[in-house]
Amino acid sequence: MSIRALNITKSFGRYTALDHVSLEVPAGKLVSLLGPSGSGKTTLLRILAGLEFPDPGSGARVFFHEHEVTATPAGRRGVGFVFQHYALFRHMTVADNIAFGIRARPRAQRPGQEQIRERIATLLQLVQLDGLQQRYPSELSGGQRQRVALARALAVDPKVLLLDEPFGALDAKVRKDLRRWLRLFQEEIKITTVFVTHDQEEALELADAVVVMNNARIEQVGDPQEVYDRPASPFVIEFLGNVNRITAGAGHTTGSSMDALYVRPHDVDLQPVHSAERHHYALEARVQHVFSAGNYARVSLEGTGNREPFEAEISRARLSELALRPGDHVAVVFRHVRLFPKGEYIEADVDKGRLVTPSFEGTGPA
Amino acid sequence: MPTSLATPADAVVAPRRINQRVIPGFGLSMGITMAYLGLLVIIPLAGVFLGSLGMTWEHFWNTVTSRQVMASYRVSFGVSFAAALVNAVFGLLVAWILVRYRFPGRKLIDGMVDLPFALPTAVAGIALTALYARTGWIGQFTYFIGLETAYSKTGIFIALTFIGLPFVVRTLQPVIEDLDPEVEEAAASLGASRLRAWFTIILPALIPALLTGFALAFARGLGEYGSVIFISGNMPLRTEITPLIIVKFLEQYQYAEATAVATVMLVVSFLLLLFINLLQRWTESMGQARR
Amino acid sequence: MASIVTRIRGEPLRKSQSTTTEPAWCRRLMIGTGLVFLLFLLLMPLVAIAYEALRHGIGLCLATFVDPHARSAILLTLTVAAICVPVTMVFGLAAAWAITKFSFRGKSLLTTVIDLPFAVSPVIAGLIFILIFSGTHGYLGPYLEAHDIRVIFALPGIALATLFITLPFVARELIPIMQSQGREEEFAALTLGAGGWRTFSRVTLPNVKWGLFYGLILCNARAMGEFGAVAVVSGNIKGKTSTMPLYIETLYFEYNSVAAFSLASILTGLALVTLLLKNVVEWRMTRRPS
Repeated sequence: MSIRALNITKSFGRYTALDHVSLEVPAGKLVSLLGPSGSGKTTLLRILAGLEFPDPGSGARVFFHEHEVTATPAGRRGVGFVFQHYALFRHMTVADNIAFGIRARPRAQRPGQEQIRERIATLLQLVQLDGLQQRYPSELSGGQRQRVALARALAVDPKVLLLDEPFGALDAKVRKDLRRWLRLFQEEIKITTVFVTHDQEEALELADAVVVMNNARIEQVGDPQEVYDRPASPFVIEFLGNVNRITAGAGHTTGSSMDALYVRPHDVDLQPVHSAERHHYALEARVQHVFSAGNYARVSLEGTGNREPFEAEISRARLSELALRPGDHVAVVFRHVRLFPKGEYIEADVDKGRLVTPSFEGTGPA
Repeated sequence: MPTSLATPADAVVAPRRINQRVIPGFGLSMGITMAYLGLLVIIPLAGVFLGSLGMTWEHFWNTVTSRQVMASYRVSFGVSFAAALVNAVFGLLVAWILVRYRFPGRKLIDGMVDLPFALPTAVAGIALTALYARTGWIGQFTYFIGLETAYSKTGIFIALTFIGLPFVVRTLQPVIEDLDPEVEEAAASLGASRLRAWFTIILPALIPALLTGFALAFARGLGEYGSVIFISGNMPLRTEITPLIIVKFLEQYQYAEATAVATVMLVVSFLLLLFINLLQRWTESMGQARR
Repeated sequence: MASIVTRIRGEPLRKSQSTTTEPAWCRRLMIGTGLVFLLFLLLMPLVAIAYEALRHGIGLCLATFVDPHARSAILLTLTVAAICVPVTMVFGLAAAWAITKFSFRGKSLLTTVIDLPFAVSPVIAGLIFILIFSGTHGYLGPYLEAHDIRVIFALPGIALATLFITLPFVARELIPIMQSQGREEEFAALTLGAGGWRTFSRVTLPNVKWGLFYGLILCNARAMGEFGAVAVVSGNIKGKTSTMPLYIETLYFEYNSVAAFSLASILTGLALVTLLLKNVVEWRMTRRPS
């Protein structure tokens, strides 16, 4: 079932959590709401669930498929909600937790005891927790609780699954496993799913589409590739992955109102100064530090002219070729930079035949 | 944008009325709460003030400042203050040894601290009187050294100390438990003696809770009736407490006079409650600062 | 080497040596002082009650309970508790639900009003109901006289005064517990389709059952033991409006010390059972932290 939220505004006292936000989630997709804390992502999710309501009179509307649910209470929306800290009923066994929603139905629609028991067993199998029916939440690990919460939400046959920071309370290893598992699981049962996260890696790896939020607004919507490669705003590029923000001279040399340009560390190439032609590199820099503990080497640099620090990520093979040491001078080539003049978006790319070398020493751009 | 898209805010129509409260039962629970509080607390207490408004100012003033009533204030305030002070000192000591030290019977004593809370005041009153009267187990000794314990201010003081103890201990205990030993270790590592650490580190952290406990014990002492009337002897001008004055007025069907004295006591109680609320907020903010 | 070993042996690290405790003599002094203080203040009265009740033999002590006035006092006390405990429970649950599950203006004022009965002298708690219900002087006096309804010097007055005194007991226990448990479990129940009543009875109530029990035993102890407020409104008519604490007073001032202390020892037993249950509940609540 698709979700359509129109013009959602929500304030808590004088604080605006959502400012005229609109969003559409197609049926069967896995969508992530990504943003820093305080960006409004959890509020948006809770409004979709009916756990919060938009400001009255703001003209906000929420549709599930073609049905308007703006004023429908949570229990009648047909959503499964997984809470950040799971909110398992601590005095009930796993089985009673899962059966809660089924038993809450009107008597006429309630299945028999035997059917409920079978349903619990099926759901536990689905979340790979067979046989844990009689445990109490306090006797489960974090990852197990998470999956019980999921099974409990699925027990009521929701049309939409909403997850609030589903992996936030888990340690790194469990988080990775569960993430992969949830992806496969969602593909299997094809339920429209929205989850909230502040972890960009999680959003990019898991979601069909990423909704990047900041300051009560949506910054960008797109598939993971798109938001990573073609970020729509300085906020998005800074929030997703590492990036160098290079300010000095940018506006003054180009005469535009650009205040900075952005380069990903893996788009920074280093060459020996003597071999490179003056016109083909952006600036000269001095090596500060070389970290070569992983697959890639990270080189921290400082521009010789403006003393601005930035970072490059190069292969270890390239590193040994260059034989860099702290204090060495190198020529820096930006393979791919992004500029955001006055909120517009300009992209420059070497692959498109233009070597971008916005010079900081007065040499004009190519 | 292959899979999802931001939709422009179009076709804005005001939705049906939205109930902003997600959890049901606000009306019912709030209704019960307000109705019960209104009928049992607010209206009856307002009746006291209304009652004293029905008196002339002169009558009111003469009643609440008459010789016997003034003497009762001196007894009530003076003795409550002294008892609360002693409780602050010994309550701190008891709370400290219960939290920081391990000794046989500690759990039992910890459980017994609430006895004055659980024991009916009349029972406490007759028991303390039996102990501290001239022929009582403790009274024999105190009278021997010339200290009148029963039927005197000392007797009232003993009863109010008994009543007030749990307030100080129970207010201090959680705060002492929350004290971070690292801070004391830091003081020691900087060369401070234990005594110095006590006065510069520990005591300042306990002051808000100590004051709260003191104020609670004092407030309770002012209003206390049951345990006091047995041991005080109720001698006019000497050992009459203010609540007893109210009862005496009522027994003589002098309702207006009783109401006037009650008004004075209520105002004092409200001020104390306000003061205690402020102190508790202070205690909580100190607790947060430590975390 | 040998000398080093001996030197270490010569200066054993005392178990209690620590930078964050007082010297041993000081600790012993403090524990000693504290224990003597508590011995005189808490333990001696208990022993005195038992001694005074039994000083002329168990027979005389038990004879107290043959006295019809004593029996009627016990019955009245039980009746008052049976009225107050359930009513205070309903109020406590409603108040705690309203205060912890919703946001609204004036919440801290409401909490303060709930605390008021703690701050008011029991004597005044009795007086306020006399001012309203007294047949001769009360605001509703003429109406009550006309319809022949007795509140003051009768059971309703005693119950009202006790309800006032015990009002905060359940709410004060529940509010902090429900506050610390948050609202997420209730939200979860609602998304699963449960209605308000089901959410309350199946999710909220089981989570606070120990806190509720704790409040109820304290409320019960106070309802049975209240003296000041009841003394003012009951009129203390032997065999009619005399509760146990009031009858203890009567017996005591009639110099019937054995009977007074015998009756008092029942209430003392109640207090000790209350303390025991309270500690059991506290232990349960800390053992299964939420």
